[in-house]
Amino acid sequence: MAKVKHHNIPLDQIIKPENIVFKRTKLFTDNVLSYCPGCGHGVAHRLILEVLEEMGIADKTIGIAPVGCSVLAYEFMDIDMQEAAHGRAPALATGIKRTNPDKFVFAYQGDGDLAAIGTAETIHTANRGENITVIFINNGIYGMTGGQMAPTTIYGMKTSTTPYGRDPKQMGHPLKITEIVAQLPGTCYVTRQAVHTPALVRKAKKAIRKAFEYQKQNKGLSFVEIVSNCNSGWKMTPVQAVKWLEENMLPYYPLGDLKDIGLD
Amino acid sequence: MGEILLMKGNEALAEAIIRAGADAYFGYPITPQSEVMEYLAAAKPEERTGMVLLQAESELAAINMLYGAGATGKKVITSSSSPGISLMQEGISYMAGAEIPAVIVNVVRGGPGLGTIQPAQSDYFQATKGGGHGDYHLLVLAPNSVQEMADFVPLAFDLAFKYRNPVMILSDGLIGQMMEKVELFDPIPRWTDEYIREHHGSWATIGKTPDRERNIITSLDLVPERMEKHNLHLKEKYDQMEREEVRYEEISTEDAEYLFVAYGSSSRIAMKAVKLAREEGIKVGLLRPITLFPFPKKPLERLADQVKGILTVELSLGQMVEDVKLAVNCRIPVEHYGRVGGMIPTPEEVVEALKTKIINR
Repeated sequence: MAKVKHHNIPLDQIIKPENIVFKRTKLFTDNVLSYCPGCGHGVAHRLILEVLEEMGIADKTIGIAPVGCSVLAYEFMDIDMQEAAHGRAPALATGIKRTNPDKFVFAYQGDGDLAAIGTAETIHTANRGENITVIFINNGIYGMTGGQMAPTTIYGMKTSTTPYGRDPKQMGHPLKITEIVAQLPGTCYVTRQAVHTPALVRKAKKAIRKAFEYQKQNKGLSFVEIVSNCNSGWKMTPVQAVKWLEENMLPYYPLGDLKDIGLD
Repeated sequence: MGEILLMKGNEALAEAIIRAGADAYFGYPITPQSEVMEYLAAAKPEERTGMVLLQAESELAAINMLYGAGATGKKVITSSSSPGISLMQEGISYMAGAEIPAVIVNVVRGGPGLGTIQPAQSDYFQATKGGGHGDYHLLVLAPNSVQEMADFVPLAFDLAFKYRNPVMILSDGLIGQMMEKVELFDPIPRWTDEYIREHHGSWATIGKTPDRERNIITSLDLVPERMEKHNLHLKEKYDQMEREEVRYEEISTEDAEYLFVAYGSSSRIAMKAVKLAREEGIKVGLLRPITLFPFPKKPLERLADQVKGILTVELSLGQMVEDVKLAVNCRIPVEHYGRVGGMIPTPEEVVEALKTKIINR
């Protein structure tokens, strides 16, 4: 079998449109991402932006950034965005969508934001069946403030406020908010995804696309949880964090659709 | 002449919300202003103008719905009463920081805590000094009649958009619940999307089109140099309000030797007290601040050269009196008289307080 000699092929024959297999979405700004290397936020951002670009709805979309590591999400997404107070993104989304029903609206939130301080807004916005999309990043920790316990911190997990591990007798139980949301009649599509392998990234993108398709059809609230890692907060290398996520997070937060009422 | 009706203050406010061309009302029930949302629900605003009406799960959610919708250049309004307004303070601070126009109505009841459902004016500090965290002000309008409950709604919207700042209508349980004759203004059409794009497209988050940079609504900036600049920009707006928006009313001040200063429901009592005192030969006038922020400092400075003493009349333990003292700079005696906990002073009590606290001090 003859060996391919790359060095014999001129560059202009390699760099051609038909050879491009991946490119950065135009909807990313040129700002440098503030996330730690190995974190899932950057991938989640990219998937949302790719979906908006592919659906051709970026000029009709208003995004909402939360309080937490993704507080600066508006620095990276080249669309109109609002920054919410901690936990209030679904209320903002309600206000935007009710007065602008022709626009696409998404709330991007972490676990502390969505499942602790913003629980009431999460539940009631879902229960009203607001035609919005919620992207929920669950890494079981408060990343921005330095690795404190989150409502989703799993049993025994060490954080800066549970240095000996989460004890349910004292701190209660990891909250499966996505399972709660799926029970509400106002939701149309509720799914749990992850982005730590290429195959899962592709699945997560399909889920996000579907969530926005549901919004396009005014079916109610679509909700995509992404189980992610926080290697800095977990005090691990990115590779260790991915392994730990698979062995510890996913058994408690199993991946897959929790609800899918069906698109037209 | 517009339509004349006999209405409660809260009802006149609600009717004015629809007529002012509001795009949305978000609220949560609380006494003594629950008639506002009840009136709106019965009036079917979605059929009359297309206005959105939504009962939120909390005041916290309601104010953040205002944030989201207001940040798209829509005319949005909420109403509540003291404990509910306290819950809204987080959102109000964010809106002031992010420069979102909106109107917030406080039909004040007595406090602290749950307090009472009876009228009070004990939220003056909260309304005029910021209320939430950070250096900011709301522009505060204080109606003293059912007529002004209606008329101040379109005025508040104009000011909110002129300054891109939340405006508060600081009413109280007395003005909200009492019935008076009111002449309603003719309906103002709601803004079209084209109008919003043309007039507020430079900042409103209505979808980024290729012809412009993205619009971001945020109160956050982690770079101190930029954050200071932003704070100074907000200060510029408050200074402009002080220059351009001071509103007040003077009654019988031309020959006055003494002065009442009172706003809202207290000013109605003080008006009667002026009459009673003058029947006794006491030359007293009334200055009624209509804007509480910006506060009418200059007319007070002027009147301090003329009168021998000032009595503020407030349904509080003495809040506005501090601003009056600052305005007259201790040149003449300034005292406070008030009833609290839902109690309302009679005009006779006010005249008596003028005698004991100022004239015969």
